[in-house]
Amino acid sequence: MEDVIIGLEIHVQLNRLKSKMFCGCSTAYHNSPPNSHTCPVCLGLPGSLPVINKKAVEYGIKVGLALNCKIEEETFFYRKNYYYPDLPKGFQISQYDYPLATNGHIMILGDDGAERNIRINRAHMEEDPGRLVHAGTIDKAKYTMVDYNRCGMPLLEVVTEPDLTSPKEARAFLDKLKSILEYLDVFDGSLEGSMRVDANISLKGGDRSEVKNISGFKGVEKALSYEITRQKNLKRRNIKVVQETRHFDEIRNVTVSIRSKVGAHDYRYFPEADLAVLRIASWVPAIKSTLPELPDAKRERFVAQYGLADDHAKSLTSEIKLANFYEAAAARASPKLAAVWIADVLKGELNYRDLSIESFRVEHMTEIVQMLETGQITEDGAVQIIRALLDKKGDSTSKIVKDLGLGKAEDDVVQRAVREAVAESAAAVADYRAGSERALNFIVGMVMKKTRGKADAGEVHRLVKAEVERV
Amino acid sequence: MLAELRNRLRAESCEEHLLQLFERIEKSELNGFTTLARECALEEARQFDKNPGKGLLAGVPIAIKECISTKGIETNCSSRILRGYIPPYDAHVIERLKAEGAIIMGKTNMDEFAMGTSTETSSFGPTRNPWDKEYVPGGSSGGSAAVVAGGEAPCALGSDTGGSVRCPASFCGIVGLKPTYGLVSRYGLVAYANSLEQIGPLTHTVEDTALLMDVISGHDRRDSTSAEGERHSYLPGLHDGVAGLKIGIPREYFGEGVNKDVEKAVWDGIHTLEGLGATWQEVSLPHTRYALAAYYVIAMSEASSNLARFDGLRYGLREGEDKDWHTTFSAIRAQGFGPEVKRRIILGTYALSAGYYGRYYLKALKVRTLIKEDFLRAFKDVDILASPTMPIPAFKIGERINDPLSLYMADVFTVPINLAGVPAISVPCGFSGRLPIGLQLIGPHFGESKVLRASAAFEAATAFHEAKPEVI
Repeated sequence: MEDVIIGLEIHVQLNRLKSKMFCGCSTAYHNSPPNSHTCPVCLGLPGSLPVINKKAVEYGIKVGLALNCKIEEETFFYRKNYYYPDLPKGFQISQYDYPLATNGHIMILGDDGAERNIRINRAHMEEDPGRLVHAGTIDKAKYTMVDYNRCGMPLLEVVTEPDLTSPKEARAFLDKLKSILEYLDVFDGSLEGSMRVDANISLKGGDRSEVKNISGFKGVEKALSYEITRQKNLKRRNIKVVQETRHFDEIRNVTVSIRSKVGAHDYRYFPEADLAVLRIASWVPAIKSTLPELPDAKRERFVAQYGLADDHAKSLTSEIKLANFYEAAAARASPKLAAVWIADVLKGELNYRDLSIESFRVEHMTEIVQMLETGQITEDGAVQIIRALLDKKGDSTSKIVKDLGLGKAEDDVVQRAVREAVAESAAAVADYRAGSERALNFIVGMVMKKTRGKADAGEVHRLVKAEVERV
Repeated sequence: MLAELRNRLRAESCEEHLLQLFERIEKSELNGFTTLARECALEEARQFDKNPGKGLLAGVPIAIKECISTKGIETNCSSRILRGYIPPYDAHVIERLKAEGAIIMGKTNMDEFAMGTSTETSSFGPTRNPWDKEYVPGGSSGGSAAVVAGGEAPCALGSDTGGSVRCPASFCGIVGLKPTYGLVSRYGLVAYANSLEQIGPLTHTVEDTALLMDVISGHDRRDSTSAEGERHSYLPGLHDGVAGLKIGIPREYFGEGVNKDVEKAVWDGIHTLEGLGATWQEVSLPHTRYALAAYYVIAMSEASSNLARFDGLRYGLREGEDKDWHTTFSAIRAQGFGPEVKRRIILGTYALSAGYYGRYYLKALKVRTLIKEDFLRAFKDVDILASPTMPIPAFKIGERINDPLSLYMADVFTVPINLAGVPAISVPCGFSGRLPIGLQLIGPHFGESKVLRASAAFEAATAFHEAKPEVI
């Protein structure tokens, strides 16, 4: 296995903010007509001036703290100069020296199953450019349209050190980052284009390529895998990897060169004199006090407080909404049983339907766990209730139990069915006596049929065995 | 003058007054106005005649420099690249003017994007000096100064990045103030060099400048560099005189390179103030000789970035067939900008480039700090400073336009003020032949009251502001 070196730059839209980075325009532009969420400031009209959204900087500091970064004493903005149709001022207000946050780190689960520390180089604030829209694919479209609704969205760029060693680890890092951002309530990952990734990748000793603007975590994994294969093939044929910028074509699943280092930009960074220097050190204590419990801490607490297996605790804390759902259920039903049913069953059923945890009511989960605890339903029945609720075939657990006849059968009914089944299965009984343990399954099946699945299969097996040995 | 005009308009007809001004403008050879908002202004005048408001400038017509955003009125910075651009919003100062009842007459000619000292770099052709049409009116707010001096508008707004209000005020024999950086909101001022510039009034009298400052100054949260604090009035105490006022004479602002007539007129002015009870002493601003270099590096660097937005995509010039992005925007910029603007964009781009940034831009910022410290030190000993506004009277149209360096040199006494961010005024103090000369009075940060008080005292003791050019 050759050494792979990956570093990520992640552009995170702080889309839980109400207004844009430097103007009062609303951030809720999704599903709006193009260019309807704009004003002289975010359109960069002549004479307009930016005003810092202080809340955005607070959010940035919050993320910096959660990523264990050092927050600078003071921070200010720079102009990053380049010409592009989506950039209406001809420069992007960004940061350069003295970014908001530096030198952080977070833990991820490495490929070898061990925890790995991934260093964060910096996190800085900037404004999102507009969006180019192409009819068809980027290389075939006849013309380009520009939508400035996104222009001026508050962005936080998080830059890692080149500490990641595989596409899978890159994915794990992104999952963890997303989880932290959602815990902080600064980010909604469900909105299109809310997180975009630039990935730098090289084989040890070789030059690196940068794959720009990949949206979606699956896209990152695919783009990186493609790049590793491409670079390895070049190496095998003794061709040097060119240091260049590449674009990930999501449709063809390949990366294509868009710019070589020779034509690299000189962004002519210089301080943005229209904005004041922010002395942020004094903001930190107040912001620190608002930091919520983060995923790692919550996981440890779940293990300690509820006695959960680490796997379950990890699964339940991966999303803040899921963790809150679990804790609400655990407050009124067996925490251990709730963990198993939420992490192992409900999550899978949600994923299968591409639904989020908000599609399921915590009261329903509590009722299901309680019914399981008291033996009113079987595990099979519980699964069926969950499915019925998700598929909108009912919205009351007790009614579903009744409608689908999921109530566990009374013992005497089961006993009678067992006696009948054993009496009716002379051949199977003979086979069992001749040494075939499997022959009992036939009788168990008959009992289940007679009780229409309401009996507990394990219990039935025990009863059948006892009856056969009795007669 | 404006207060008097305000009362007269109330008694007579504002519409009539405006019609007379527009008639005068139509016959004018000054080329001071670029766009007239005739119909809109006349409509407002009729409204005023029906129901005169109570604002500080109720019914008063005003001319606005091309680079100040006016809703519904073309704002093109006298550049081809912005022809046809009609802003959807008013600059802060325009909102303030309208709130106080002023009537926007139209827009005035300027050096393209305020880059110049003579109004010759305008794509509309040069504006002429009302005192002698062969001469430049100064720049870059040459249109605003010429229309006021030439009687086409009672007052105007200009902008001053390195002397662009004071220079044309000096050349045209009127009053022009560059306020402290941050005193007047820049929201809506099309940026040339945003860390240096301020909007300022151009008027016949000091009192008129004070009145306009009362209207346009004050905090605006849309400009992050706008100073906080209560709105201030410059009218009370304006005529309190200069008894005991200590005036510093910066030695670096006299001597070599200064026209003899200018030097004499300025010294006469200083002696006039002395006669009114002020005292003067020589002071030194030792880093003055580095000011021009620092100013041009900073201004051009900022300009290279500020003017990057003019790509023809969203507004302004759009000519020829669309090709790929780089070809198209490059072609538009090549056609849309004049040679002086291109020169400054290219020099500024160079100064900010990797490898040169430290050598030019950062060094210029250090010089800027030293120059600011020069002023802070001087103002420990004196209340205000006095100097020539320009080292020379107006020059002939065409005389210097092909020698940019000599044009840049003419800004030697005005640019240090912008680098330091302090306020300075130019008041008429004499003539060289037919051409006016300006006395520059410089105050400490937010020391407008002192500067205006000294100017008012000087004006009251002299008659230069009463002289009128013979124009049609």
